[in-house]
Amino acid sequence: MSGWLDGNFVSVIDGVAFGLLLFTIAVGLSLVFGMMDVLNLAHGTLYLAGAYVAYALSDGTLTGLLLALLAGALVGTMGGAALTFLTQPLARRGHLDQAVLTLGITFIVADLLSAAFGADVLPTDPPEVLRGTVGLLGHAYPVYRLVFIAVAAGLALLVYLVFERSSLGALVRATVADRDMVRALGVDIRKVLYGVFASGAALAAVGGVLGAPILGPGPGVDETVLVLSLVVVVVGGLGSVRGALAGALLIGQVQTLGVALLPEYAPFLLFGTMLLVLVVRPHGLVASAVRA
Amino acid sequence: MSPSATAGTAGTTTRRRLSATAVAGALAVAPFVLGPYAIGTLSRILVFALLVLSVNLLTGLTGLPTLGQSAYFGVGAYAAAITATRITDIGVLQLLVAAGVSALVAVPTGWLAVRARGVVFLMLTLAIGEIVYSAAVNWKSLTNGTDGMSGIPPVVPLPGMPALELDGLVYFYVLAVFLLLFAAVSRFGSTSFALALRGIRDNEPRMRAIGYPTQRYALTVYCGAAALAGAAGALWVSVQRFVSPGDAGFEIAALALLAVVIGGSGSMPGACAGAALVWLTRDYLGNLEAVAGRGPLLLGLLFVTAVYALPRGLAGVRIPRRLIRRRTA
Repeated sequence: MSGWLDGNFVSVIDGVAFGLLLFTIAVGLSLVFGMMDVLNLAHGTLYLAGAYVAYALSDGTLTGLLLALLAGALVGTMGGAALTFLTQPLARRGHLDQAVLTLGITFIVADLLSAAFGADVLPTDPPEVLRGTVGLLGHAYPVYRLVFIAVAAGLALLVYLVFERSSLGALVRATVADRDMVRALGVDIRKVLYGVFASGAALAAVGGVLGAPILGPGPGVDETVLVLSLVVVVVGGLGSVRGALAGALLIGQVQTLGVALLPEYAPFLLFGTMLLVLVVRPHGLVASAVRA
Repeated sequence: MSPSATAGTAGTTTRRRLSATAVAGALAVAPFVLGPYAIGTLSRILVFALLVLSVNLLTGLTGLPTLGQSAYFGVGAYAAAITATRITDIGVLQLLVAAGVSALVAVPTGWLAVRARGVVFLMLTLAIGEIVYSAAVNWKSLTNGTDGMSGIPPVVPLPGMPALELDGLVYFYVLAVFLLLFAAVSRFGSTSFALALRGIRDNEPRMRAIGYPTQRYALTVYCGAAALAGAAGALWVSVQRFVSPGDAGFEIAALALLAVVIGGSGSMPGACAGAALVWLTRDYLGNLEAVAGRGPLLLGLLFVTAVYALPRGLAGVRIPRRLIRRRTA
């Protein structure tokens, strides 16, 4: 077993990095749908926008990366606010209309982005100080991915603390449980909705900035990211931070180990995992009380 | 239902039959009037309309919003392409193989999908579609990867008939299969099984309570819709004589769902009109010089406009009552 682990050590750590990337993206999708009942199929587009921001602002310095992170967070926040505004009138008409609207937005933004940046996948390099590799238990491993793992784990912890441990998180969860009661307490529900949507979107765009060197910007990436996040959310269980984390880490491993071990059958492994999880636990790994 | 409403329905049925005959007639003479490019487009619209009818069976009739019907369209297309290149160029056999293989693939995938309803169903079907797409890309020994499969021989509709080399003749083959399947789906719409599906859409707990095995019904219609999508995939191969992973991709699934929503969920002529509108926007408007290459942008604008402006789709657009009354008075 240790021999197997040794042979696939790099893939397993890559899986952790990819899983944390998926978590950063998917947690916003999960919260916006699970808590606020808004289906956002433009979620992958937010990642793509963030990745293009990273490409545009990356100049090989750490300052460039930090600027890109700020710009990405700003783009994401504004995108999330715009999406809240656009989906609000459809709230009563059901999810199908939300799906069509957000798909339309996906088409429009993807077309504008490929008009601006071209139709090729753009390689995005991490800042110079973070290039190169370090020794990790006898394996050479890229520095950027290790830094990424640390940053993404920090983000995951932050999201967990805010949503599950702070009074702000309690307010959001209370809004999910009983909208009318929270409104009766004098809270403006729309502000909660805008806040959750905008922060979820900002996380996806920041994921795009950080993830650009791993899954770089290009046409079709929005769709890949959307599907992976949906799988994460379905496997993990809708509407909970812990579910998104569990689902993301599992899918991250399946994707990287699957590609490393059985490249031709990797897509079926993804489906097989989803099938297996949903047969054993129909509501995902971490079931939560969601009005679905 | 009031007596006047019943009389209205009878009138509508006659009018519907008349307009269906008119549309079929217009489609039949189209090759004598239109150029080869237009005929090629029309063939593709008919194929796409079959896929949209398949989505409509699930989304419009049963209330299961699917973003994965491109999966069965793609499976059917690849099955037909493999049959055509390795076994037989007989069109009917390709159609049967494609429909059969798609239905078979739908058994396990559909079993997973129909465990869920609503948005989770949509998410699962989207994931199924994406997995079939990446299988088409990665399973190179079978699908030839991103290069796609070319060199597919021209289709021979029935044994003993000549191979259809000309686009106009392929169009008639596609039209014949389309009309046949459209009629079949129409008939299916008035069976008691279809009524039960409507019941599942409107109030599933009640249907379950009065003894309908709703889960089994949902899986059955799922497999039937997959067979229809697979047949459409086989026709697609006869028209294009080429198949690539893009044909099984997300864009096709999204367009098919949009066509159903634009057409007005549940209405079959509406679904076909929606299919034509969506396909023309993508293929024709996207090629106009002023907006060359901006097809996705126009489609996106169509999606957004449709959602806000046509809450009940094309089939829900009604001439204001006042005008009708004035005319009948």
